[in-house]
Amino acid sequence: MLNSIDINKIREEFPVLNQEVNGFPLVYFDNAATSQKPTEVLEALNGYYRGYNSNVHRGAHTLAAKATDAFEATREKVRDFVGAAHTEEIIFTKGTTEAINLVAYSYGRAFIKEGDEIMISAMEHHSNIVPWQVLCEEKGAVLKIIPVSSEGELDYEAFENLLSEKTKFVAVVHVSNSLGTVNDVQRIIAAAKKVGAKVLLDGAQSSPHFNIDVQALDCDFYVFSGHKIYGPTGIGALYGKKEILEAMPPFLGGGEMIKEVTFAKTTYNELPYKFEAGTPNIGDTVALKNAIEFIERIGKDNIADHENSLLLYATEKMRAIPGIRLVGTAKNKVSVISFLMEGVHHFDLGMMLDARGIAIRTGHHCTQPLMNEFGIDGTARLSLAVYNTKEEIDTFVKALSNIANRFSKQKQKIS
Amino acid sequence: MSTSEIQEEIIDEFSILEGDRENTIFYIMELGEKLSALEDSAKVEDNIIKGCQSKVWLTTDFNEGKVVFKADSNTAITKGLISLLIRVLNKKTPDEIIDTDLYFIQKIGMNQLIGSQRSNGLTAMIKQMKMYALAYKAKADN
Repeated sequence: MLNSIDINKIREEFPVLNQEVNGFPLVYFDNAATSQKPTEVLEALNGYYRGYNSNVHRGAHTLAAKATDAFEATREKVRDFVGAAHTEEIIFTKGTTEAINLVAYSYGRAFIKEGDEIMISAMEHHSNIVPWQVLCEEKGAVLKIIPVSSEGELDYEAFENLLSEKTKFVAVVHVSNSLGTVNDVQRIIAAAKKVGAKVLLDGAQSSPHFNIDVQALDCDFYVFSGHKIYGPTGIGALYGKKEILEAMPPFLGGGEMIKEVTFAKTTYNELPYKFEAGTPNIGDTVALKNAIEFIERIGKDNIADHENSLLLYATEKMRAIPGIRLVGTAKNKVSVISFLMEGVHHFDLGMMLDARGIAIRTGHHCTQPLMNEFGIDGTARLSLAVYNTKEEIDTFVKALSNIANRFSKQKQKIS
Repeated sequence: MSTSEIQEEIIDEFSILEGDRENTIFYIMELGEKLSALEDSAKVEDNIIKGCQSKVWLTTDFNEGKVVFKADSNTAITKGLISLLIRVLNKKTPDEIIDTDLYFIQKIGMNQLIGSQRSNGLTAMIKQMKMYALAYKAKADN
């Protein structure tokens, strides 16, 4: 499988990778924050604005029709990407955060009542915590937390014990952005279904790495961001089961989402437009299709194979460096490695690596409760994508070893 | 030495590094290591400078009309940054501290080196030090 893709050829499709940063060739290991964009995505953006920029739907002219066709073609492409049954089950949003908020506001305010329980996990991104906290506060509902082990895996037994008829909604991250843990969402969904709870999967970190099939998963909602799957920023999607979306009230009011407006009463448009008030982000939506086509062309299995080999290679090399502690050692992981270096704060580590052209992320990764569970204030995190190479990992490991050496010598000097 | 003389000295030292990012970072961290440690009892919430991403504790004393600063941080680079500020402003009168234009920061290209987030933190440190000076001045004037 691995031999079927040529990483150097793939790298050529990402112009941003071909540069020096601080005098060193760029090593971009911050893909869980946002991935880089291939030429075809950049050209699609350019092509839209140069060729057929026009507002979508209802337009009586050729450009409007062209823009609408391209916009709706992306919806169909996203449907296929997540394996949904119906195109109208795909709602365009700004990204994962807006999609979760849409569900929390619309579904939550219509169907969650006082005393109901909403369950999230201890490894959620703030985006999948705060909207539910707000909802619970407003409705008098109760937020329950699925605990996480010291390896960074969910405690499924504790989850099943927390479940009851009171549980109305389970919102859980498919893959942890901080730790890379792949959660057993099949088990979560199956257990939640037994008590009649709806399930939302935060797919921001699963969508870039492996195949998604919302029908096989049988989740009620799945959300993701375009910019993490080699697409533009500012566009993402919410998948929701048709019958649930139809029962939900609109999230925002305005243009596009109405059927008829009088001062006495407004009737709402049909799915998916009911949830897409205002002029949408047309250009970025159009180019999202090209991002998905890029992924399809490489093949998700090939991407997963390559990233997994990088993960194993980097993990092994990093373990060999004295003073490095990996945070999150789940059995099933994507290519995300969180770590700490003894005696060196992760902020300092990030700056020292940056001086060598190596881009990683440092801090709490918008998962402060998870960091609290581990008793730390953050980590350094590398996250790898299809265009990363073993040579880049060698460069990174060498830089990391140099820093470790420097600080262990300093410690000896002091003691 | 006046605050300007100290600033010129710092500019001289940094010029030897010729803008090399890595060496500059290491040098800043070394400067931080030389800063005398703050006792743990002073590392409390009240002494934390707000607006910094890293934790920075700052304490002051007023001795013979001059402000004595002590500081520490949980990150080495930030500790180096505040050590530079202390080097310029330590044991100066409140008026000197208030009136000092810390031009060395721009001259050594610090903002480009540390980025906008850390620059905001640096601004917060300076603001806090000047606030202390203002408070001591007000107290002395009374």
